[in-house]
Amino acid sequence: MNFTLRVWRQKNAREKGCLETYQARDISEDMSFLEMLDVVNENLVKDGIEPIHFDHDCREGICGACSLVINGIPHGGKKGCTTCELRMRNFADGDTITVEPFRAGAFPVIKDLMVDRSALDRIMQAGGFVSANTGGAPDANALPIKKDTVESAMDAAACIGCGACVAACKNASAMLFVSAKVSHLAQLPQGQVERVERVRKMVARMDFEGFGNCTNYYECEAVCPKEISVKNIARMNREFLKAITK
Amino acid sequence: MKLDSKTPSGPLADKWDNHRFSIKLVNPANKRKFTAIVVGTGLAGASAAASLAELGYNVKAFCFQDSPRRAHSIGAQGGINAAKNYQNDGDSIWRLFYDTIKGGDFRSREANTYRLAQVSNNIIDQCVAQGIPFARDYGGLLANRSFGGAQVSRTFYARGQTGQQLLLGAYSALQRQIGLGKVKMFPRTEMLDLVLVDGHAKGIIVRNLVTGEIERHAADAVVLGTGGYGRVFNLSTMGLGCNVTAAYRAYKRGALFANPCFTQIHPTCIPHTGDYQSKLTLMSESLRNDGRIWVPKNKGDKRAPHDIPENERDYYLERKYPSFGNLAPRDISSRSAKEVCDDGRGVGPTGYGVYLDFSEAIGRLGQQVIREKYGNLFEMYKLITDEDPYEVPMRIYPASHYTMGGLWVDYNLMSNIPGLHVIGEANFSDHGANRLGASALMQGLADGYFILPYTIGDYFARVGAQNINTDRPEFGAAEESVRSRIERLFAVKGKRTVESFHKALGLIMWEKAGLARNDAGLKEAISHIAALREEFWQDAKVLGDNNEMNQTIERAGRVADFLEFAEMFCYDALNREESCGAHFREEYQTEEGEALRNDKKFAYVAAWEYTGDGVKPELHKEELTFENVELTTRSYK
Ligand code: FES
Repeated sequence: MNFTLRVWRQKNAREKGCLETYQARDISEDMSFLEMLDVVNENLVKDGIEPIHFDHDCREGICGACSLVINGIPHGGKKGCTTCELRMRNFADGDTITVEPFRAGAFPVIKDLMVDRSALDRIMQAGGFVSANTGGAPDANALPIKKDTVESAMDAAACIGCGACVAACKNASAMLFVSAKVSHLAQLPQGQVERVERVRKMVARMDFEGFGNCTNYYECEAVCPKEISVKNIARMNREFLKAITK
Repeated sequence: MKLDSKTPSGPLADKWDNHRFSIKLVNPANKRKFTAIVVGTGLAGASAAASLAELGYNVKAFCFQDSPRRAHSIGAQGGINAAKNYQNDGDSIWRLFYDTIKGGDFRSREANTYRLAQVSNNIIDQCVAQGIPFARDYGGLLANRSFGGAQVSRTFYARGQTGQQLLLGAYSALQRQIGLGKVKMFPRTEMLDLVLVDGHAKGIIVRNLVTGEIERHAADAVVLGTGGYGRVFNLSTMGLGCNVTAAYRAYKRGALFANPCFTQIHPTCIPHTGDYQSKLTLMSESLRNDGRIWVPKNKGDKRAPHDIPENERDYYLERKYPSFGNLAPRDISSRSAKEVCDDGRGVGPTGYGVYLDFSEAIGRLGQQVIREKYGNLFEMYKLITDEDPYEVPMRIYPASHYTMGGLWVDYNLMSNIPGLHVIGEANFSDHGANRLGASALMQGLADGYFILPYTIGDYFARVGAQNINTDRPEFGAAEESVRSRIERLFAVKGKRTVESFHKALGLIMWEKAGLARNDAGLKEAISHIAALREEFWQDAKVLGDNNEMNQTIERAGRVADFLEFAEMFCYDALNREESCGAHFREEYQTEEGEALRNDKKFAYVAAWEYTGDGVKPELHKEELTFENVELTTRSYK
């Protein structure tokens, strides 16, 4: 397979970027999107051009490091799939593919396709945890939890923190990300003690970091590689309402 | 050098208690006077950093990823062991200890392994308290499964994402301490050297990966939780950033590296499809509970699997190991796969693959049951290969997965360099020559939550807070050596990409030092590695600038370290003239082709000391004594 790539190149945060055109030749349909970029990069380096920078690590859809907006869609638009899992067989031979970074005010570009997503960590620092110091825990079976409840908490806890929800949203809202954590812990008995404070603090930090508001476009759910449901946003809104009226 | 493991005396079951009583404590009011550097924030690093901060110490934590939540602990799927005996099936601390030490083929330290089993139960309690959504039964109690050939159900799991959930638990504890100001976090920062002051580890030199700046950090102790070195094989299930650099830099400063040749090759990975690949995807070996492994009986049989009649199939694991069959341990199962492929009977486009066939299980249990058990794995397989395992047998092949070797540590998890502590996969201590399934997560969290936080206090109490200043000449010298190495890498200005060197190294290692090793092959590998290293320093091409984000220079530094480390690895494999666990020396096997251990000569930990570049390192031995278990031979026949 052969492709024409239009790739966002930006030397660093200070300089302006632009789309450059490269050819991707002899690409196997079994390659992942990132493996295709690896091949392009090897050739760029041979030609003396600095390789395209992008974040990645696990390459199996679990670490959340990879990003990329592919033809306008974060992670490329295949349902339940991260960029590193996306295979080239999902494209047609000869396609022109545009590759850009995740864009959001809260995600400044570091270089090329790499952005700074540390704002998401700071939201977690504000309250995305149970304050259980090491050592004081009761026996793990002391508190039975309904199977359905745990499964539903797990659905929310599956978030990989990639930030695609933010990149897909017109308002650059981080509601799906934040609600996944709020919802995970609000459903479990261990999360009850800090339930009210958690949602209040996480939402405040989210606003402070410059993420936008949710106006129910649901683009986030559509691109989420872990298929986190927007129901979590509804749950978070309820939690938040309760928290501020308490 | 005399290696003192500092194993406490007394009965095995009391050692840890006695030790905790005898080690020194830091007065609560004084804890804030001590600072620990923690490098690596995976399961071990994040849990250690959080726990140390909770105790009142100041912590500086470092990771090369953009966030601690990306560490490759996240990739573990299957689960975490603990000796809870919740299933009432006869499990106990002793049994978990025994299974672990036997699984490691009696090449780990008894006392460490026993302690691991002891604290396993605390880990589960802690994780549940953090809100980790472990699977549960209908009655609301925790569910377990049996895993990796264990005869009891002791594995706790969160779907196929146990590593992710445990890491996010440790990450959340760490984030909390960052928010409280007790941990200062440095993401996108790579450790490039260790700084010793009067022989003690008191700091590190790092490169800020965003700005390229070289920075000095001082502390009262340094903790490395920097993971394994499996990417020395290039093709591996590890994340692409995983590397040996921090551990190797410590080694070059005098820390001993123990048993580097003990590396685990995982049998159930998706086979590679072409040279462009540098990452293989692991599928949980729980698949082997229901899948049957086979290849055609005849060489070069290219027929589609459905067209190969039953009597022309070789279910080689069931044939060779009737009692364990498809559940034979990881090393046996991996080696057997390579054997049949080398014999020309492999399947798939490259001929390096074997079938893992679910048709019998689907017939017996129905598609629905199989879907419930393995649905997500089947989907992942389909996504990658475009083949539907409900219809066509899966293809699998072994890949490098976990490294049991690592920096040598004593019972306190301290290396031979005072102040330098090593935790998780980065140390060597608990798994011996082979690791059991669902034990990696257990060890990472045991070290980080429940062992290091006590033992580091003993070191602090002995040496006192020193308030080391980074203006000291030791920091200047280390910084200078880091800078000059980076300049040298840029100055090579060669023609060949760094990636191509890494691939070439991986190939040498896989062929000569992978699943099966022999004397001649290892000697060849050593000379090939030396030649490749020389070529690297003459022909590597590093583009871009040093004062900004530059993934090529990061990569170049890591590959340069792998090119040195690989040699030590081969010396270790060469020295160990026996087959044990995952280390298989072709010269040492029984007539039936089984591993032949040599307890008289090799019941020791091989700890290697750096003696100069390109020079054979010096071997130091820690004899292993077994007071509580009898050294039996594994038999899976
Ligand atoms: S690289 Fe880890 S999720 Fe894509």
